[in-house]
Amino acid sequence: MHDMPQAIKEHAPAQTFIRKYVFSVDHKVIGKQYFGLALVAVFIGMALSWLMRLHLAWPNLHIPGLQWLSSSGAPNGVITPEYYLSLMTMHGTLMIFFVLTNAPFAGFGNYFLPIQIGAEDMAFPRFNMMSFWVTLVAFCVLMSAFFVGDGPPLAGWTSYAPLSAVGGSAGPGEGTGQTLWAISIAIFCIGQLLGSLNFISTTLDLRTRGMTLMRMPLSTWAWFITSCIGLLAFAVLLPACLLLVLDRIAGTSFFVPSNLVISDQVQTHSGGSPLLWQHLFWFFGHPEVYIAIVPAMGIVSHILVNSMRRPLLSHRVVIYSLISIGFLSYMVWGHHMFVSGMSPFSALMFSFPTLIITIPSTIITLIWIGSLYGSKLRITAASLFALGFISLFVSGGVSGFFLAQPSIDIYLHATYFVVGHFHLVMGVASIFGIFAGTYFWFPKMFGRTMNEGLGKLHFWLTFVGAYCIFMPFHYLGLAGNVRRYSAFVEDYLQPLLPVHKFISIAALITGAAQLIFLYNLVYSRFRGKPATENPWEATSLEWSIPSPPPFDNFGGKHPVVYHDPYQYGIASSTGDYVMQNSPEQIQTVRDDKSLT
Amino acid sequence: MATTVHEPPRTEEEVRSGGGGFHDLVPADGNLRALRDHSPEPSRTGIWVGLAAITMSFAALTSALIVRQGAAPDWRHFTLPRILYLNTLVLLISSVSLEVSRRRFAPTSPREIKPSARWLYATLFLGMAFVTGQYVAWRQLASEGLFLATNPSSSFFYVFTVLHALHVLGGLAGLMYVIRRLKRFALRPSTLDVTSYYWHFMDVLWLYLLLVLLIRL
Ligand code: HEM
Ligand SMILES: [Cu+2]
Repeated sequence: MHDMPQAIKEHAPAQTFIRKYVFSVDHKVIGKQYFGLALVAVFIGMALSWLMRLHLAWPNLHIPGLQWLSSSGAPNGVITPEYYLSLMTMHGTLMIFFVLTNAPFAGFGNYFLPIQIGAEDMAFPRFNMMSFWVTLVAFCVLMSAFFVGDGPPLAGWTSYAPLSAVGGSAGPGEGTGQTLWAISIAIFCIGQLLGSLNFISTTLDLRTRGMTLMRMPLSTWAWFITSCIGLLAFAVLLPACLLLVLDRIAGTSFFVPSNLVISDQVQTHSGGSPLLWQHLFWFFGHPEVYIAIVPAMGIVSHILVNSMRRPLLSHRVVIYSLISIGFLSYMVWGHHMFVSGMSPFSALMFSFPTLIITIPSTIITLIWIGSLYGSKLRITAASLFALGFISLFVSGGVSGFFLAQPSIDIYLHATYFVVGHFHLVMGVASIFGIFAGTYFWFPKMFGRTMNEGLGKLHFWLTFVGAYCIFMPFHYLGLAGNVRRYSAFVEDYLQPLLPVHKFISIAALITGAAQLIFLYNLVYSRFRGKPATENPWEATSLEWSIPSPPPFDNFGGKHPVVYHDPYQYGIASSTGDYVMQNSPEQIQTVRDDKSLT
Repeated sequence: MATTVHEPPRTEEEVRSGGGGFHDLVPADGNLRALRDHSPEPSRTGIWVGLAAITMSFAALTSALIVRQGAAPDWRHFTLPRILYLNTLVLLISSVSLEVSRRRFAPTSPREIKPSARWLYATLFLGMAFVTGQYVAWRQLASEGLFLATNPSSSFFYVFTVLHALHVLGGLAGLMYVIRRLKRFALRPSTLDVTSYYWHFMDVLWLYLLLVLLIRL
């Protein structure tokens, strides 16, 4: 056996069920596994948000059955303030790490990056397999916090020290639960590092002949840039989590200051720096928000170009803007710490690049809108979600300009304004990117088409719903409604309760609308209309192979690439487009006058 | 921007110079299976990516050390165990021996593996000696009453040295894999090269960590 080259061994079709569907090294199976994990995580996360919204609007509501999940956290089904925070922490952690990182980046990226560059698999298929299984372990460790000790942690997805570092005396879930959180995230980092390593090497080394960097589709560019961001960001969060674990179980004092009294107990730690955690966390945390959004930007561009039937105003400028976003995302983390007691001078130093980073985002947005202007857009569920993405990204991004001013942020920092900002710009926008990608690529992934009618219904309900939920958050924030409170039963917040009720009802309806998506997904998987090779008349390589693709993608051959990725709006033998691997000669491009 | 005039498939030379990627993986007839064995390996890129991540992690830890030292007046200085310098020497020599092995490895005559293997064993041995030496250093500190949680300075000492030692253990695993492949005449030059880059990087990282510890502890 030993003279058989490694790669061929890895690329023979897997024989057993386990090798084929469970411990598979095939990037397509791994991509689907990530997608499936994200799907599980998103529905759990959504259920948690329902519980929170119910409690916020009706603080004394008995939620039947909840006492079985936690008898102390929800005696009689009424959520305690501490348990509310636990639900919030788990919601945020699940959504940011296991949904927004997993689905658009690891899920779709794994499936389509190798195909879009004409490779038969990732550069390191085994690392790839490990990265998924490591992530799954991280997920299980996190979920186990629901069932062991005294419940899930309550320090939020940012797990600020010292609360997160002192241990059980800090409240329910701050014992075992918080340790599990830190371990889970550390494991998650390892999985993401392996994934990023793979994405980068694959993009650099495995491109097929003719696939120059500038000929890569924008989605591939976005995954590539995201993996560069992720490589450095997760490499910082990993040691940060290790230090946190040491503070918690080994008695060190990295993050816990001296003479800290919690629950009438003087803590044994001394001299640590809570700000150190904030710096390490946000050095990861801000790039992380771009890890969530950049793949969605790539997916949306890829889909919009296809639906508009013409290239973007500039392919290159989008790429350069994405690169500068990736670069700048490392220089702004302090804007999350304006109220941390940091010197006003550093606040200014972080405010400035924060405003700069809005420039490339704005450029990309303008390119989308400028390219859309006057185009004959094909309205599909995928293109609707792509349009929705732009809308949400703009609406949520605008509030970023306000938050970037330290003097304004001091007022807004701990309010619902920030919650509204990041849910629109990162949460829902990125989810819209995932939806768009799902409707668009489902035919390729499963060989069947999703139901367009249901998809459009899903879009409108979700789009309107998302605005109903998250726009009012801004008004609440401006009115001084603090975030991370479990109920607003007395004091000046009482008059805002009707707004909260409205939001909660909107959240329940919008959440329920997601069942349409789930139904569509499951139904189409088995009963959907069989898909052809290239149902969207698209140009990139993934549409040049059967749906679903064979195990080695291109059937043992590698395609040769002759064209830029988005040759739409031309006259060719196939119609108004020509595929990247078609040797057909193109005379002129209608939209690009400089070439005619 | 749609540039698009028809472009004929590039010739072999053109593609090598970066047309279709950093490396061309497709031979003229486009047959994937025929070429896998002698195509350039992505591991040559991957290793630098991996090392970048490791660098980033230790940079984060270094900044944590600086911040923590300035955060409170409780930093206790102590002298590093002497054996660390011996360990440093051992690690440096191991790099030399790995380099010798790499130079002796002649892919043209795969059966002549003896000299290469001998130096690989030497490297393996020296690497193990280094880790053992680090262990001795930890025992020494412990006998002086300096444990992980004793003082922030000792905390960082242990965090740095243990994490580095874990990475060296990873390198040892890599070396064992290399030796196994070599004995089966299945070692690809890239595997050996990449392992040696990693190993040398562990040297450089160790020198850096030692310097930080010397200055700060
Ligand atoms: C237009 C550019 C943007 C600017 C100027 C901006 C600015 C800010 C600022 C200053 C904060 C801190 C507010 C505070 O905590 O007091 C913040 C929070 C946040 N932003 Fe943005 N942002 C922008 C775009 C984005 C994007 C694109 C994403 C995600 C894809 C994002 C995700 C977040 C998240 C998750 C938080 C809150 C984290 C937390 O405290 O839990 N932002 N933003
Ligand atoms: Cu930020």
